[in-house]
Amino acid sequence: MSEQIELGEHQHHDEQDEDAHHIVGPGVYVIILIALLVGTALTVWASFIDLGPWNPVIALAIATTKATLVVLFFMHVKYSTKLTKLTVGAGIFTFLTLVSLTLADYISRAWGSW
Amino acid sequence: MPDSTAIAHGAHETGSNTHDEHPPYLRHHFESTEQQADAAGFAMWLFLLTEVMFFGGLFTAYLIYRNWYYPAFVSGSHQLNVVWGTLNTLVLIISSFTMAMGVWCAETGRRRGLVLSLSLTLILGLGFLGIKSIEYAEKIEKHHVPGFHYSLQSFLDPQSDRAVFSEYHDKPLMLDMARHTEVYFSLYFLMTGMHALHMIIGIGILGFMIFRARAGAYTSGHVTFVENFGLYWHFVDIIWIYLFALLYLISRH
Repeated sequence: MSEQIELGEHQHHDEQDEDAHHIVGPGVYVIILIALLVGTALTVWASFIDLGPWNPVIALAIATTKATLVVLFFMHVKYSTKLTKLTVGAGIFTFLTLVSLTLADYISRAWGSW
Repeated sequence: MPDSTAIAHGAHETGSNTHDEHPPYLRHHFESTEQQADAAGFAMWLFLLTEVMFFGGLFTAYLIYRNWYYPAFVSGSHQLNVVWGTLNTLVLIISSFTMAMGVWCAETGRRRGLVLSLSLTLILGLGFLGIKSIEYAEKIEKHHVPGFHYSLQSFLDPQSDRAVFSEYHDKPLMLDMARHTEVYFSLYFLMTGMHALHMIIGIGILGFMIFRARAGAYTSGHVTFVENFGLYWHFVDIIWIYLFALLYLISRH
């Protein structure tokens, strides 16, 4: 019991500290869960409608929205240190750079030869 | 050097009582538990970045081949069952939620809540693999597993595949394009297989954590292991969110 109280005081102290460990509560998790379920329903519903070239765009946009919610709230990046935010940003940036350079190569390789 | 001098100096002053001044899980090369937790979280994210690069290669291969052999990828995708895919997405999202709740229970010192959350996460993870194995069994039955026994029948003669034909009314593919459906299924099995392998490893670690949590671990302040495992589990969830969109959804028309 005394451990619990000590832990509580510790948290209270941390909330005043800028870089302190932030605890995300069940309320936030429930909201994110509902958003993710709604996103899943939306993307499945959208896949039943023929939108031509927009089908992949919408599916990937919804997937990216869901992934962003998971990263920010389930993975606590919104509440984390600047170092973590920078690390995540660097990872996404590197991934997108590699994909776009690779695709640019494949798309432009045959230019002029038809 | 100033750091080590300070530590040596402190150790000399307090003598044998140094361990009473900080939690037993604080390693001596860290100044505080906060710094230790930050370092562990940072390292976990670096590991996840290598995972992003690993899966990123597979995603890029999928994008390029889908552009090259578009009709084959559309017909291949029509073999997947959207109902199973959606169900698995829901199972995995809920498991991410139970995992997040587990992290909260650990952070707030709720032992029984932690054991319950981790157990639910483990059960949902097994449920995901169960549904995945039903899907794999369908592919094996139809000879859609790449290799010597791969069958082109569903693609050369779509009407022979009644269930799929009634939903999509696919036109027959030319032989050379039909052969490229094997590329689709190679990527399908590679991507979902690597994802499933991550799930299996995760379920193993979950079992270990439940065992330790029942004995009282993680709920007395040292939550790093649960938090970092949570990051891993959510990352696997994100990979599936994209796999679901790319493999099941975008080629339905």
